[in-house]
Order: sequence, then structure tokens, then C-alpha cells
Amino acid sequence: MSLFFIVALPFLGALLPGVMNAAGRSSCAGVTFTVSLSAFVGLLTNLPAILRGEVVKARIAWMPELGLDATFMLDGLGFFFAFLILGIGLLIIAYGRHYLSRDDNMGEFFTYLLLFQGAMVGIVLSDNILLLLVFWELTSLSSFLLIGYWKHLPEGRQGARMALTVTGMGGLAMIGGMLILGQIVGSYDLSVILQNRDLIQADPLYLPALILILLGCFTKSAQFPFHFWLPHAMAAPTPVSAYLHSATMVKAGIFLMARMWPALAGTTEWFVIVTSAGLITMVIGAVIALFKHDLKALLAFSTVSQLGLITMLLGTGTAFGAMAAMFHILNHATFKAALFMSAGIVDHEAHTRDIRRLGGLRHLMPVTFTIATIGALSIAGIPFLNGFLSKEMMLEEMTRTVMFDSPLLVPVLATIGSLFSAAYCFRFVGHTFLGPVRDDYPSKPHDPNPGMWMPPAILAVLVVVIGTAPFLAEPFVKLVTASVLGIEAEVPKSYIKIWHGLVPALYLSVIALLGGLVLMLIFNPLLRLWDAMPRPEAKTIFDAIVAASVSAARALTFTLHNGSFTRYAMIGAIAILAAGYHAWITGSVGTPTRAVQAAGPVPIAGWAMLVAASLGLVLLHRNRFLSLIFIGIVGLMVSIGFVYLSAPDLAMTQFTVEVVTIILLLLALNFLPNRTPVESTTLRRVRDASVAVASGLATFALAYHYLLRDAVGTPISEFHLANSYKGGGGTNVVNVILVDFRGFDTYGEIIVLGIAALLIFALTETLLRGPVRARLLNRVPDQPRAGDMHPMMMVVVTRVLMPVVLMVGFYIFLRGHNEPGGGFIAGLIVSIAVVMQYMASGFSWATARLRYPYHGIIGAGVLIAGFTGIGSWFVAKPFLTSDFTYVRIPPFEKFELATAALFDLGVFLAVVGAVMLSLESFSRLARRASSQDSEHPMDIDPSREEGALAPDGTKPEAG
Amino acid sequence: MIAANDMMHAALAIALLSLVIGQILSMVRLVIGPTPGDRILALDTMVINALGLVIVLGIHQGVRVYFEVALLIAMLGFVSTVALARFILRGDIIE
Repeated sequence: MSLFFIVALPFLGALLPGVMNAAGRSSCAGVTFTVSLSAFVGLLTNLPAILRGEVVKARIAWMPELGLDATFMLDGLGFFFAFLILGIGLLIIAYGRHYLSRDDNMGEFFTYLLLFQGAMVGIVLSDNILLLLVFWELTSLSSFLLIGYWKHLPEGRQGARMALTVTGMGGLAMIGGMLILGQIVGSYDLSVILQNRDLIQADPLYLPALILILLGCFTKSAQFPFHFWLPHAMAAPTPVSAYLHSATMVKAGIFLMARMWPALAGTTEWFVIVTSAGLITMVIGAVIALFKHDLKALLAFSTVSQLGLITMLLGTGTAFGAMAAMFHILNHATFKAALFMSAGIVDHEAHTRDIRRLGGLRHLMPVTFTIATIGALSIAGIPFLNGFLSKEMMLEEMTRTVMFDSPLLVPVLATIGSLFSAAYCFRFVGHTFLGPVRDDYPSKPHDPNPGMWMPPAILAVLVVVIGTAPFLAEPFVKLVTASVLGIEAEVPKSYIKIWHGLVPALYLSVIALLGGLVLMLIFNPLLRLWDAMPRPEAKTIFDAIVAASVSAARALTFTLHNGSFTRYAMIGAIAILAAGYHAWITGSVGTPTRAVQAAGPVPIAGWAMLVAASLGLVLLHRNRFLSLIFIGIVGLMVSIGFVYLSAPDLAMTQFTVEVVTIILLLLALNFLPNRTPVESTTLRRVRDASVAVASGLATFALAYHYLLRDAVGTPISEFHLANSYKGGGGTNVVNVILVDFRGFDTYGEIIVLGIAALLIFALTETLLRGPVRARLLNRVPDQPRAGDMHPMMMVVVTRVLMPVVLMVGFYIFLRGHNEPGGGFIAGLIVSIAVVMQYMASGFSWATARLRYPYHGIIGAGVLIAGFTGIGSWFVAKPFLTSDFTYVRIPPFEKFELATAALFDLGVFLAVVGAVMLSLESFSRLARRASSQDSEHPMDIDPSREEGALAPDGTKPEAG
Repeated sequence: MIAANDMMHAALAIALLSLVIGQILSMVRLVIGPTPGDRILALDTMVINALGLVIVLGIHQGVRVYFEVALLIAMLGFVSTVALARFILRGDIIE
């Protein structure tokens, strides 16, 4: 089966459990099992090629510009891990079906599990390091979901967060490392990287890359000092612990170290970092495991310790070490998954995992006892079980390892680690299963149904089979080792066998076993000593670090982002000033190429008025109404300025925007005090004023310098002028830029405009639902109401103007492509025409005549623009390619039809919808309980029979 | 005899100057107030003057499109005046 399919199957299949959830628990688990089984069988179809020593590859170009291709590769190592992931996955699914209770949402569980499985298979089959990183992060995310599966348990949520934080951080470091690696080699393909060992190890960036990648591996594989997240992840359901935290995910880091072996291993840095981290982890994990009372915590630390052992073996950098590591990965996957599942069975049946409350289960649960004992003794290193074989290989390798010039350091520590491993295994079996039967179990334990004990039993059988007949596993282990090393010839010739003769490793094994027994005998005094000893609690430290980071982030964010616009404006202004100053200091200024032109009296008068209005705005800004009038003047003068400088497009837009702005601000001002109170100190105002003045002067200086010189580069306007008619079919360059050259920008902008309008609508709707609603309804106007509500004059004028304005809007829209105008201006004009009706006859009257909701108009606009763009796909052109043609329908003259006009229609509709929706939302707030809505267009209407409303909105007294 | 062209120029210059003086005077009214009504009226006058300015500029520079800007100002310029006036009278401009 194609490698793509093997990776894609779990992801595609992840949709099924959720669908099958309603069909019952067995069908849900069944479909999950089938998905995994298909992928597993698909993997096995590649086995013959692997056995022939071939490397199966599959490649699709994904984003070749980034060096990111979906490239997959299956060699011995990848096959080994994929086999473990899918094979143990099958057992876990079968086990999980019986483990989860009726209250648990099984579809959700299996969906996460399949996502995780797919991500894991993706990691081990990736041939592109960027692709590998994507899958790497996916395992972090899916394991977050799995650990936190029992959302009601705070431990589950905290454990999931901690796991995500630690592994996510490692993943981030690894991205950096991988990118460095890719830069050194010049390719992101794993197969290329692996062949460039000398190039990589000679590079000065080798050490940073190594450390960053190892950070990723160590966090994922719970190596010291990142080992602490694994025990907390044990809050997950047991199938998750057995799958993720013993057999697969925590091995991802080890997988990566093995995968990167040919490129990274063999240097002193590699040896020192990896071996010492592994050694420390192994010893610490084993020691802590001995004193844990929770079965799963004990197993978690045992896993930490065993992972340390494998890491240490990889760190040695020798071929024999790699082989021992691979063999131990296989063995660990079998016995540890079996042990986790046994612990889960005990928990499931006895309703406790506390060793102190257990004991004597041997008589009540003989099957579970057998399975657990085989697993535990295998870790301890009892002969004829597979753990013995790999452990002895480990000890043999350690006796040859010299660290810090001491031949004794490594073997002694490794033996101590093994000794504690043996001790906690004896404790696991002895304190849980042996001893007298008790009568105070929380629940009456008995062996579960075969569905639950069968999966661990299969693994236990494997433990014994490999342990007694190691020659069965040997070819496979050598095959995997060959692909780790990259060169087949380097694979050690030595056989994996039970009896090697009286070698030092055997003595160390015996010492470890006997020492373990001794520790068991003196366990109670040891435990008292352990409890009395002060130990750093990882969770407390982690929480403190997280809390410190959060408060640091808060301090920074809230200083910059305190919710006050003036603060943002000030920070922005200062930053831009600083950047400009830097450019001014470091850059050079060319000589002026243009002369200063004399200004006539008219421009000077206009300028003086603009300055006066701005000054007035600054001085009188506390009176908000007055400032609005000043803003109106500024807008008017700017519009005139645009006309004077021959930019009628801009003048029209500026003017219409000005009108809409005034209306919008007046609507808002209705709810605000008319005066801005003095809130800031004088010092602060001086500071703000100096920032403002400095920015203004800087802007002036920049504009002045710019106006006197030609642009440094060739301006793009030449291109626009040359191609506007030729390529876009329009003589109005501004409009052609908007709808054609930069159509994609415009498309994004109308979407943003629509979102902004919807947001205004949503916010006002929320306000109207909450406690604000009562306040709004009972609001008393801050000034007496005068005049008519809906004066007849205004109604008549706006009605008469309406068709005229619409006609003008239509005209400006149509001719926009060739002369000033276009969808945007037309949209604003039409909006103003509609708003006039609102103002004249009131909100409820206008709303009653509204046929299409404004949301729909926005949506229609965006859709029309989008479909216009998509239309070009049908003629095999990129999105938004425009076209135009000339047609002639008698008796009219020849005229142009452009797709850009259709796009402009979209812009027009989006603008109308957005403007109207935001204005309408604001005015909706002003609906008061005290004022009566009138369905009549005007207060005094000759055709009306009943009496008119008085100015305050009440009906006048009859008579 | 003054040539038609010269007369046109002179007329345009005078018109332009008058409009500018009108703008400035409106501006003065706008600043001294004293009531909001005075200020709104000043703004409205400024809009009318601006309309005149655009037309005169259009004649002066001979650009037709300016008249469309003038059309827009004439058509929609009163809306902001009405809105401001409604705000003074009623507080709520869309009732």
C-alpha cells in the first residue's frame, strides 16, 4: 500500500468514530479497529521490500518554494516504529473498548486516538524534516486532547496543559534546530541530510542545532530535567497511558535521535549531552518509582527510567549501543504496555491504584497477576524474559563506556539504576498481588472479561517468546539497527542470546537483582527515610515558572495595550519617529531636484482655514459637538484641496465619507457626555503634546523633503498609467487599480469592512440583551426635545431627492471604470440617500420598508466579488484575472463590458451594506421606551386621519 | 475694449476672491459662535461657498469632472447640516 495511504488512513478514519458513536460502543470501537487494521495491513504489504533491504519512498511536491514536500520514506527503522504504533494501537483499541465506561464519549476518544496514531505514523515515515515537524506538533496537540480526555478532572486538565507546554516548547526549539540543519545542508530532505554527516558536524552551528533538536527529543521523551510532565500525564485514561506514555509518543524523541544518528551522533558533544541526560534520567526515575504508591505513577517513573536507559545507549554512539537501544525499545513496548494495561485492570476492578490499599490480588485475579508478573520480572531482568536480554546488552555496553575519564562512573550508575528498577518491579508485584487477601478493597476485584485481559496477554506472550527464543527477533533487530546506522556493514556481528558465559555484564545483572531483593526487604525503613527527605516538587516549580511568565507577559502587554487608544497612538507615534530618526541618521538625503513653487492667494486661504480649523479642534476639543463641526470643516477643506490638486475621485470619496462620519459620530455622541472631562495631569498633557508636535513636525519634514525630490526608485505609477487602458480596459487609473491591479487587496478590504460592520451589529445586539438594555430603555434625554420628530419639510425634500441621488449613484458607478467614480463612491452616495430617509421618517418606518437585511447585502457583495474572481478559474487563469470586451447594441453607441464592473458591483453592495448596518446598529441603541414608534412617514400628514404626535412623542389631548 | 478672455479671467479672479473672503468670514462666525446654531449655519455657508469654489475652479481649469463634485456637494452637503441641526434639537438624529 502506498505510504501516503498508510499515513492518511488514520486521519481520514478519525471522522468515523464520531459518526458511529450513535450506533453503539462496539461498532464505534469496531470501526476504529478496522481503520487501524487496514493501515497495519497496508504497512505489512511493504514488509517484503523492507526485508530485501530496500527503502520505500513516495513524494508529492507540496510547497516546493519552502522546501516542504510531502515526502515519505519507509526503511527498517520507520517500519519498526510504524509496526509498534499500529500494532500496539490495535491492542489498545480492543482494550479501550472495554475500559471506557458508559459515561465516556467513546467516539470522541477514538477520534483523538486515530488522530494521534496518524500523526505518529507521519513522524516515523516522514522523509522531510519540515513535514516531520508538522506531525511532531500534531502529536503534541492530539496527546493534549487525549490526556485531558476526562475534562471533569482537574488533574487531567492540568496534566494536559503541562504536557502541552513542555512538549510544545521542545517542539519550538526543535523547529529552530531543524531549520539550522536544513540551512547547513541546503535541503530539508531527511535522506539528503543523513548523507552529509561531515558537512554538518564541521559546521560552527552544529552545536546549537544539536542542542535545539535534543531539547525537542528530551522534552518529548521525558528526559531529565523535563521528565516531570510524564507522571502528571497519567491522569489520562489508562489506554492512553499505555499507548502514548509507554509505547509510542514518548518514544518519538528516541526515534528522532535514532533517525538523526547518522548525521548527529558520534561526536563528544553528542556523547556527553545524550549519555549523561539518559544516565541521570534512568537513575532518578528508578529511585522515584520505588517510592510511588500510585500504580500508574510507579509505572510512569519506570517509563522515564527506561527511556533514560535507551537514551543513554543511543548516546554512546557505538553500533552495539544502537542495537541494544533498538532491541530495548521493542522489549519495552511489549512489557510496559502490558504492565500499564494490567494496572488499568486493577484500577478498573479494585477501584484504586494505591499500592498501600492493595495486596493479595493473586488469588482474586490470577490472570492479571500472571500478566503483570511476567511484565514486571522482565523489567527487573529475570532470565528467559526479554528484558533480561536487552538489559544485559546495556550493561555490557556500559562496562565499555568511559565518561569523564572514569571507567567506573557509568557502569556503577547503570547498575544502581538497574538495582532500583529490580526493586520497584518486585514492589509492584509483591505489594499488589502477593501477601494475604484483604477485605477492605473499595470494590470486590476479580479478573475482567477476556476483551480486557487479552491485549496485555498477547504482549506478555511476546515477552516470553522473545525472552526464550531471541534468535526469532534477532534478524529484525539487526535490520532496524542497519537502518539506524545507515551502513549495513557496521551492524555488530554478535548474536543476541541468553547465555554469554561468565561476563562482567552477568555479574552486574546478578548484583542488580540481589540488590533489588535487599531493598525490598528493608523497604519500610527506606520509605520513612524517603518521606523525611526534602525533595523539590516539579509541579510547584513548573507552576511558579508558568505564573512568573504569565505575570511578565501581562506586565508587558498591559503596559503597551492598556485599552486606551491614546496609549496605542503614542507608542505607535514614538516607534515610527524612532524608526524615521534612525533612517535619517544612517541614510543620506539626495539633492533637491524640484523647485519650490509660489503659492497663490486661494491655496493660502484654504491652507489658513485648514490650520485654523485644526487649531480650533485642538483648543475646543472638550466641547464634543463643536469639535464635530470643526472636523466637518477640515474634511470640507481637504475635499476642496483634492479638487484643486486635480484628484476629483478623492474629493468625491472624501466628501461622502465626511457626511457618513458626521452621522455616525452624532449617533454615538447621543449617548456620550457633551463635554470631555479633564482627566489627565498637566504633566501628562505636556508629554502627549510634545509627542504630537514632534510627530507633526517629522511628518512635515518628510513631506517637504519628499516633495522636493524625485522618488528613489522608479514609481509604479508609470506602469499603472501605461497598462490601465491596455490591460484593464479603463481610463480611470484609480478605479482600475482598485478593481483590477490590486483587486485582491480590495477583495480583502471589503471582507474586512463587512466583518467590522457585523461586529458593530453584534456588539450593539449584545448590549441590547444585557443590563444595558434596561438603562437604555429608561434613559431620559439630557436636554429637552424641541421641534418636530419627523418634519414634513424634510420628509418631502428627502423623498424628492431620493431618485435623483440614486440616479447619480448609478451613473457614477457605471462610468467609474473610465472616469472618476466607481463602486466605492457610488456605495457611499446610495447609503446617504437611504440614511436621509431614516433621518426624515424615523427608524421604525424605514425598517418596515427594508426588504433585504443589510447582512445579506454585505454577503451578496462579497460573494459577487468572490465569484467574479473565481470565474477566471474556468478559463484557466489565476483568481481575479479581469477581461473586457466592447459590444454594440443598436441604437446605442459601442460600449465596454468588463468583468471588473461585476467586481465593482460586489464592492458597491458591500459598502452599502456595511455603512447601513453600522448606522442602523447605532441608531437601534437609541430606541427608548418613552418615545412611541410611529409608523407614519411624517408628523403632520394631510392624508392622515388620526391626530399627529406632539414633539415629545406623546399623543396630544383630544379636543 | 477688454478682450472676452481677459474679462473672463478677471471675473473668475474676483469670484474666487469673494468666495475665499466669504469662507474666511464664515470661519470667523464659526469660531466666535456664540450659539451652536450660528456655528451650524456657518458650516452650511462654508459648504455652499465650497460648492462655488469648486465650480469656479472648474471653469478656471476647464475640467468638467469638477462639476460632478459640485453636484455631489450640492446634493448631499445639506445632509450633515440637517444631521447637526437634528442633533441640537432632538439629540437623536434617527428617531
